[in-house]
Amino acid sequence: MARMKSRGSQLFLPLSVLAILIVINLIKGADYFSISIINGALYGNIPNILYGASELVILSIGMTLVTSSAGSQDLSVGVAATITSAVFVWVLVSAGGITWWTILAAFLVSCVAGIVIGSFNGALVATLNVQPIVATLIVFTVGRSIAFLIDGKLSPILSSNLTYQIGNAIPGVPVRTPIILTVIFIVLAAVLLKTTNLKLYSQAVGINQKAARLNGINPVRIKLLAFMIMGVCAAVAGFIAVTKAGRHDSYNLLRNIEMDAILAVAIGGNSLYGGKFSITGSIIGAYTIEVLDLTLLRLDVPTQAINAFKAVFIIILMVIASPAVREFAGNGTNWVRARLGRADQIPTAIGEDASVVPKSDISAKKEV
Amino acid sequence: MQTQNVLEMQGICKSFPGVRALHNVNFTLKRGEVHGLMGENGAGKSTLIKVMTGVYEKDAGEIKVEGKTIHFRSPEDAQDFGVGTVYQEITLCPNLTVAENMFIGRGRHAFVNWKRMKDDTTRLLSSLGIPARPTQQLSSCSLAVQQMIAIARAIDMDCRILILDEPTSSLDEDEVQKLFSLIRELKSRGVGIVFVTHFLDQVYEISDRITVLRNGEFIGQYDASSLTQFELVSKMMGKALEDVSQIKKHEPSAHDSSEPVFEAKGLSSAAGVKPFDFTIRKGEVNGFTGLLGSGRSESVRAIFAADRVTGGDVKMNGKKVKIGEPIHAMKLGIGYLPEDRKGDGIIAGLSVRDNIVLAFQVLKGFFKPFSRKQAEGFADEYIKSLNIKTPSTDTPITSLSGGNQQKVILARWLLTHLRYLILDEPTRGIDVGTKVEIQKLVLRLAEDGVSVTFISSEIEEALRTCSRLIVMKDRAIVGELIGENLTESNIMHVIAGGSEQTWPE
Repeated sequence: MARMKSRGSQLFLPLSVLAILIVINLIKGADYFSISIINGALYGNIPNILYGASELVILSIGMTLVTSSAGSQDLSVGVAATITSAVFVWVLVSAGGITWWTILAAFLVSCVAGIVIGSFNGALVATLNVQPIVATLIVFTVGRSIAFLIDGKLSPILSSNLTYQIGNAIPGVPVRTPIILTVIFIVLAAVLLKTTNLKLYSQAVGINQKAARLNGINPVRIKLLAFMIMGVCAAVAGFIAVTKAGRHDSYNLLRNIEMDAILAVAIGGNSLYGGKFSITGSIIGAYTIEVLDLTLLRLDVPTQAINAFKAVFIIILMVIASPAVREFAGNGTNWVRARLGRADQIPTAIGEDASVVPKSDISAKKEV
Repeated sequence: MQTQNVLEMQGICKSFPGVRALHNVNFTLKRGEVHGLMGENGAGKSTLIKVMTGVYEKDAGEIKVEGKTIHFRSPEDAQDFGVGTVYQEITLCPNLTVAENMFIGRGRHAFVNWKRMKDDTTRLLSSLGIPARPTQQLSSCSLAVQQMIAIARAIDMDCRILILDEPTSSLDEDEVQKLFSLIRELKSRGVGIVFVTHFLDQVYEISDRITVLRNGEFIGQYDASSLTQFELVSKMMGKALEDVSQIKKHEPSAHDSSEPVFEAKGLSSAAGVKPFDFTIRKGEVNGFTGLLGSGRSESVRAIFAADRVTGGDVKMNGKKVKIGEPIHAMKLGIGYLPEDRKGDGIIAGLSVRDNIVLAFQVLKGFFKPFSRKQAEGFADEYIKSLNIKTPSTDTPITSLSGGNQQKVILARWLLTHLRYLILDEPTRGIDVGTKVEIQKLVLRLAEDGVSVTFISSEIEEALRTCSRLIVMKDRAIVGELIGENLTESNIMHVIAGGSEQTWPE
């Protein structure tokens, strides 16, 4: 029970935001959920959201792990994805013909590149104790230049039908490929968390590194691992992004996505200071951001103004989610509950402020 | 006027959803008296103090400061009425300097006069004999000095009511005396002082009156001179105290020829402990003793490789082993309960269950997580056997009282079925009942063949529990006491003598 409750409260925010956005969309037009089939694949608002959010969802998974163990964020994810996808394209082009096998090989090489980038960031953070934001700022700054060097400033075009099928749809499969890849990735992440102690270890490291070490956990290794997983996430996201686009644009590929990935983690109810986390929350957060983007488009907000609207929305969201407002809301519900006759359960409840206790206060300070 | 109550609390009630923390509690504090507030963990002392200081708003009851009814809405409110508090856990900012900590959040000025701040701090520190410089970063001071700075800060705020919540729990005997002379000085100036502690001797040494709470109820208010220690403990526990003298320690045969469970030669660590030799046999309970800062903790930390080991040979059951990281020690069946529970022990955000399972889980391996059911089973088993008071296994460990948190850490190590357990101050800041429980547990473990190293600042407790005591001074071993030589005065002699001395068996 308690578990359901605590998990429920963490997911309450992203889910309610998602619900509000969907209601807004339905008010705008009742055909929001309508789905059409073009060339054998499903299109419509929902499929488009799932399709558009693929890279963000994958990156937000890695970002959650980095946030949990390192207590800070990785700014280099979008840039890392640009580098890994440049590697992918480079291998593919140098291999000569594009077949499923060369694509697989190129993808694996790009994953290795992602792990190398992750290890670089991770080594700076875990062994040299550089603050993650500063450490990842290095790759963030230099990354797109490296991508230019790899793709030879040519923005190479992937003219193969196979890469088109990966970035869009495989004939005969109604669900577009990036959606399928995202689902596979989520399942793999779930399996990873289920079959290992990654969650317990990274939470322990994120909350109290000293105590974690005294319980036999190697904090350096766990942080390094988180950044390496982040690197794989970047490689997969880059792979999807470049096959979607059909060409490698070192300047614009997944530009600014790192901020959305961080936001997804926050909307998912995770503390950006690390520790406890919910990947489900981050994934919902990522989809919520995509829904928001598409909602603004659907509401005919001019493209130049979209970011302004997005900012306003995020401000509202963050205010609602802030501890101060939550405390206030908690007081409100307690007050209502007390009025509804639960007061007799609290023997000393006299006066209006009976049982009004900030939630955080109870969990932090109450003696049991 | 002299007898006028500076603080009067009548019929104070305070509830949290589902928990009645205080019920009809009365408390009065006279001008210039030291009033001991006693009770076991969870008796409501902390809650009462938080009501006094405006951290919590009372549900019912009346608070009068110097005869005027007052309703504190916030700690600032209480501060304005001259209520100063020093909490058990240090609530200063470790990354600021001593002077900044003295003055932070006090002045309502836009600008800071750094020079005056520094001068005032220097004056205050020297008048109280606190060994710290104003420009020193607080975290570079020892815990004891940090605590004294917190007290100095409260004193400097001209408080009429000073609340000391376990101020002595991290101080050694010498520093306690310094603090007490400070308290007496304040007392003569007419400050009313509320003194919360678990150390019975200290309460009697300094208090004029004692108020006892139990399970959130007011038990009574007594003159310290007319209440015996035995009566006091009975009132706190609600039953006659289990006679601690009945605790019978396990005396190993004098010439135990069995292989030592653990043996170290010339062990030293980066924390600055001088190379030392150490052995412990199966089922033995030994301890390190010495003043705070003598290197007791550093020694056991070196055994567990909690600090970086810089040299020495280690044998486990006669076999040469290498312990370079805590995980190596754990794999050999060694467990370590650290002195700093909050900083090194608990994983604050995690549940009681995760905190119990952690070490065992790490031993089992990264790729072999326990199922939820298994973890639940382990947690339930130890919550029951150690009598841990927690609403559920899912409760965050931080909402447990100090004693119960400590039991969770104990459970964590017992679960690993270890052969050698190191306990560094397991009973510090813990109520009498839990203390006795932990001591008994240690002796039971020893009977089962587990070796235990037990460190305690309370010499009596160490004498009661350990069959061999290693005396330390200035980060080196200066002597070892066993058998009938185990007395408080002998320990003092060894510490005072300082020379290499080993009592004959």
